[in-house]
Amino acid sequence: MPAFNVKDMAAGAVFAAIGLAFMAGALTLDIGTALKMGPGYFPLVLSGLLLLLGVIVMAKSLNMPAEVIGSVPWRGLVLILAAPVIFGATVRGLGLVVALPLAIVAAASASRRTGFVTAVALVAGLTVFCILVFSYGLGLPLPLLGRWLRF
Amino acid sequence: MDLLSNLALGFSTALEPVNLLYCFIGVFLGTLIGVLPGIGPTATIAMLLPITYALSPATSIIMLAGIYYGAQYGGSTTAILINLPGESSSAVTAIDGYRMAQQGRAGPALATAALSSFFAGTVATLLLATLAPPLARVALKFGPAEYFSLMVLGLVCSIVLAHGSILKALAMIVLGLLLGLVGRDIYTGDERYTFGFLELSDGINFVAVAVGVFGIAEILRNLENETDRAPVIKKVSGLMPTRADLRAIIAPVLRGTGLGSILGILPGGGAVLSAFAAYSLEKKLSRSPERFGKGAIEGVAAPEAANNAGAQTSFIPLLTLGIPANPVMALMIGALMIKNIIPGPDVATEQPALFWGVIASMWIGNLMLVLLNLPLIGLWVRLLTIPYYMLFPAIAAFCTIGVYSINGNPFDLYAVAAFGLLGYVLIKLGCEPAPLLLGFVLGPLLEENLRRAMIISRGDATVFFTRPLSGALMFLAVCVLALLLLPGISRKREQVFQDE
Repeated sequence: MPAFNVKDMAAGAVFAAIGLAFMAGALTLDIGTALKMGPGYFPLVLSGLLLLLGVIVMAKSLNMPAEVIGSVPWRGLVLILAAPVIFGATVRGLGLVVALPLAIVAAASASRRTGFVTAVALVAGLTVFCILVFSYGLGLPLPLLGRWLRF
Repeated sequence: MDLLSNLALGFSTALEPVNLLYCFIGVFLGTLIGVLPGIGPTATIAMLLPITYALSPATSIIMLAGIYYGAQYGGSTTAILINLPGESSSAVTAIDGYRMAQQGRAGPALATAALSSFFAGTVATLLLATLAPPLARVALKFGPAEYFSLMVLGLVCSIVLAHGSILKALAMIVLGLLLGLVGRDIYTGDERYTFGFLELSDGINFVAVAVGVFGIAEILRNLENETDRAPVIKKVSGLMPTRADLRAIIAPVLRGTGLGSILGILPGGGAVLSAFAAYSLEKKLSRSPERFGKGAIEGVAAPEAANNAGAQTSFIPLLTLGIPANPVMALMIGALMIKNIIPGPDVATEQPALFWGVIASMWIGNLMLVLLNLPLIGLWVRLLTIPYYMLFPAIAAFCTIGVYSINGNPFDLYAVAAFGLLGYVLIKLGCEPAPLLLGFVLGPLLEENLRRAMIISRGDATVFFTRPLSGALMFLAVCVLALLLLPGISRKREQVFQDE
């Protein structure tokens, strides 16, 4: 186990990296002067501040007691993040009736505890419920069948 | 006094059938998610923002507000019955409330929580009605420099609430501010950080950020330690507190209401801080502090009064200044901006029906909550048996379809996934997401006012300190920051969060 605080070191590094990225972006914009600030002025100041804070957090992590980051639920992580992406990628082509169950299948599989029967019940129940609430109840213009399925 | 005629207008708005219905839906949902651990008001409101597109501004704020203060009621039920705070603001209630339940006094504990909350809610509503208009009048005199300083103060104060290191919370604010700047520059029209995506030129979708960071990332955090929840539910019998109980709680409820009302108004305050502060105060004032933690009824009454008062008075900075005191208020700003209403001092004069209707609805909502919570307690208790693995697919589905329904653009969903991931990584690294969202909302406003102030002052940055109001706000912000960084206080602050 490393002798420094990994959590803070990583957090500081993330902040510093994002700060640098925003700084690089700000430098391509017109900075202007304090009197007449250009579009890049405020982002430059903020990204500098973020970089500075990131570096300080990293530096201080060297003297902090070690702390573990803890386990990551990889299966859940991938599947939960996949749900909105799958829906987004298929909703225009397949429509709500297909895209929604696909997304719910992904989300429901995120937990090992969900058995097959529960999953099927969840998918069916939630799909019907969402379509009733969003399409009929709230009248949102979401096509039930997408263009790939219309002949 | 036009307070009465204003309240009359408010009640006539709040009593319109559609508003009553959505107020009920709001407090019902609020109680529901308050009872269920693992889903909080922030995620719920983020999830339901898309629904508000179909509603009038007053109706949507009435519903969203109902969710927020309803969650404070529901949270206490879970805290008392299974020693698991349904909401972080009721964490303190669990200490003595659960002990009371173990001693067979679950009924009086629940009734105390509900009645204290109702009393505090009534007082806070009145306070909101009397304080908001004069404050709004003061705010009308604010120039860009004052607004800038006020927002800086608000952001600094939000650190007080964030768990973990102060530096990391500061960095989260700055990151949020930067993310808020993505999009077309308001003065020159230059594209900033859009990478050629048309979808980004109006900025990153606020709902996508909120749903990603609070909805999706929260599911991921909960999936980490999925344990079987086997709630041991105590039998609830004999709801009413005894006469002695009532006498014991009068003073704590009054103190809790006062403290909560004040802390709620402060930027960065709100329900959680109020409850903690009220509990410590009662313990300090009590003639027998050793009873605390062993089922002292004061330990339930004071924090419950405080968290409800705080939840309600935190609407004051929102409705008068347009400054969000906490992430829930940031979402309210989002909901109003969707309707092209810029929250701020003008709301009271230009949208009186909205302004007073929301205030009046809070009292009505509180009344509904007492009726919902006390007789229906058995129903809420049964909800606790729903396992989390059945809940989160529903949350994920609502998040997804809700965000998509705003613009009908898949891009927003990819943003949800991206912010879900970013939010989860940052949570894993010990950074609270709340300051990020506040920064995100305030980023564009902060920049606009900074640039305006600098143009007016001809590039003289001292203007923020030399104008008396702005200077006072800046001075406060510096004081808060200095206090936070003092070793003694920062240690104490960490202790408070450890106890939680």
